[in-house]
Amino acid sequence: MTIEELEQIAESVKAENAKFDYEVNVCMDLACASQGSEKLREALVKAVEASGKTVLVRRTGCMGPCSSGPLVRVDPEETLYSHVNAGHAEAIVSSLGGEPIQALQCDLNEHFDKQVRVVLENAGHIDPEKIDDYISCDGYKALMMALMEMTPNGVIHRITESGLRGRGGGGYPTGLKWSTVAKASGDIKYVVCNGDEGDPGAFMDRSVMEGDPHRVIEGMALAAYAVGASKGFIYVRAEYPVAVARLTTALREARRRGLLGSNIGGTTFSFDVEIRLGAGAFVCGEETALIASIEGRRGTPKPRPPYPAVSGLWGKPTLLNNVETYANIAPIVRNGGKWFANMGSERSKGTKVFALTGKIANTGLIEVPLGIKLWEIIDVIGGGVPGGHTLKAIQTGGPSGGCIPADMMGLGVSYDALMAAGSIMGSGGMIVMDDTSCMVNVARFFIEFCMTESCGKCIPCRAGTAQMHTLLTRICDGTGTMEDLELLEDLCSTVKEASLCGLGQTAPNPVLSTLKYFRNEYIEHIVHKRCPAGVCNMEVPVEVLA
Amino acid sequence: MSDPVEVKTLIIDGQEVSALRGQTILEVARENDINIPTLCHLEGLSDVGACRLCLVEIKGSNKLLPACVATVFEGMEVSTNTERLQKHRRMILEMLFAERNHICAVCVSNGYCELQAMGQEQGLTHIRLPYRNPALTVDASHERFTVDHNRCILCMRCVRVCAEIEGAHVWDVMGRGIDSIVITDLHDEWGSSTCTRCGKCVQVCPTGALFDKSKIGSDHPKYPDFLPNLKLMREAQ
Repeated sequence: MTIEELEQIAESVKAENAKFDYEVNVCMDLACASQGSEKLREALVKAVEASGKTVLVRRTGCMGPCSSGPLVRVDPEETLYSHVNAGHAEAIVSSLGGEPIQALQCDLNEHFDKQVRVVLENAGHIDPEKIDDYISCDGYKALMMALMEMTPNGVIHRITESGLRGRGGGGYPTGLKWSTVAKASGDIKYVVCNGDEGDPGAFMDRSVMEGDPHRVIEGMALAAYAVGASKGFIYVRAEYPVAVARLTTALREARRRGLLGSNIGGTTFSFDVEIRLGAGAFVCGEETALIASIEGRRGTPKPRPPYPAVSGLWGKPTLLNNVETYANIAPIVRNGGKWFANMGSERSKGTKVFALTGKIANTGLIEVPLGIKLWEIIDVIGGGVPGGHTLKAIQTGGPSGGCIPADMMGLGVSYDALMAAGSIMGSGGMIVMDDTSCMVNVARFFIEFCMTESCGKCIPCRAGTAQMHTLLTRICDGTGTMEDLELLEDLCSTVKEASLCGLGQTAPNPVLSTLKYFRNEYIEHIVHKRCPAGVCNMEVPVEVLA
Repeated sequence: MSDPVEVKTLIIDGQEVSALRGQTILEVARENDINIPTLCHLEGLSDVGACRLCLVEIKGSNKLLPACVATVFEGMEVSTNTERLQKHRRMILEMLFAERNHICAVCVSNGYCELQAMGQEQGLTHIRLPYRNPALTVDASHERFTVDHNRCILCMRCVRVCAEIEGAHVWDVMGRGIDSIVITDLHDEWGSSTCTRCGKCVQVCPTGALFDKSKIGSDHPKYPDFLPNLKLMREAQ
């Protein structure tokens, strides 16, 4: 495989597509598929056959606004139809070439205008199971460019220059991590992709793996070339069977095209990837636990240092990045580090994918340049809080993150600003809460999550989260005291500072941030036995969120 | 590692000490009679950094490091007993005492228990946390030993000694978080497991979770000190 051959494939795909007068793209991502987009696609194919028009019906990855699904986009006009079902198929096909169907058309211009798509540039435009579709969108060009024209150090320099930071939550500078692994001594090195997305309300990585799997593989291959690895692992949670199937197909196709395997592009560089399935433990998203799990051991974290960059999989230097981080690599190598660094804020470059969920009009997947104000995400892209309710808080970063109150919506979204506000960027879950949410109950929900997902190895996380859950349940029941609150704060401090891994160290964040911004709600519960949002039942102690 | 200097000097609690490259803070501190509390650490076994009692402060870093696994570096300044550390240690001990059913008065290890001694050493006078009082089982199926999960603190010494020293790997951990328990084989009864009956796990258990049936009602001191010597002898072979 050479760049010329890639271009030939791209040309032939484009020529093939040009034979069709229209392209009807059907979103087959989980949210749309669960509402019958497969039946819709079949109906569209039948309707096209019956009409005699030359139309390409293509299944694609996530288009973004999941709450409007199933989604259909008709190209070249880029008409977007929402809430489509199989019954609409004939009408859509017969409208091709004429006026679009008013009743189905949705106006989401504001939703899309504020977004900048880098990671999601192909999602919704290509068939994730066809490697040629990806190649036609400059796919694998970055890998071939790097192999033919760049040194490994050159690739690392480009990543460093871009200012990309780890998209899994920690925000560690990616270029620095790569150069550490590249400099680590050892003849065998590994590249690992963390696809164990487990935060409640987060589905960015799933959509990337399902909608554009080759992008992740290309990013990993570039990383392997840069750090000197020849073997990669993608660790995907088994709860994502579609992602696993798409990745398996993608790996097979990439091998067939000679883009994975021995002597890629006729060079001395060899690289292949294996998929490893997670068995449902949230803690396996922590890097040392993930490594233990890949090795076939119980998924428990280990104290760091030694960091995986020095001693990771089977004691070898290991580069571990998140799905979204790898998805950013190919465009950076293709377009240059400066191109990427021009987007975003001062210390948080580029774009970030967020899964917008909760009490918001347009739930779904969005990609925005970092530094964007929270209100822009909520009011403009998200379409505001529906049902006449008022915004109360935004929860970012999943169970490791915190709640940002409504009066801080002027905050620019960046690693440092969110950290300063007591939350974290995390992997990109963004849960919007309105005045019907009780913040004590929200804190209890996340602590319950951490309690059940704690691996049980270190005592602060194992027993501390359980104790915090007991105290929060008391407060929610109306049986809590001010001493309990004091004890809760002491527990937060010990769990945060003394826990072994990131899960425990960040588990108190939802409690600490709600205590910081919504302390009066805790006091209301304890002193006046009253839940301001009307969520907690004070008379009889019951499980509210069971 | 390309660091050619073998000997490091560092300061622990204001005392200047020397160390070999690769030594842990705990090793160096114990060589110099500086006490750092530990429960999961046992000389002769690998370290897991799970009990978090050995956390120490390093000057220049806000993060607390476990002394049992953190290695020394030149010019390091370690504090082992600051107010912050004492507060965390007491809270951790409170968590351990409240987690399961630790009732010293009826325990075979009363007077010989490392958890009990640690509570006394750290000045723990009462438990503020609510007791969890979990309903846990006792497995007395083994002809010589009993495991009482009510007294287990999940230090995983039994797991490590069985896998690393005896080479049998009968013990392991089942479940997650607060529901974790140690099990024999694939959660079989201890008595019908592949246990070699060597009794090492009983000797290294810091509490009365693993005990010798013949010692019920009498003093039950444990002797984990055979490990460093055994390890030395094996290495010499």
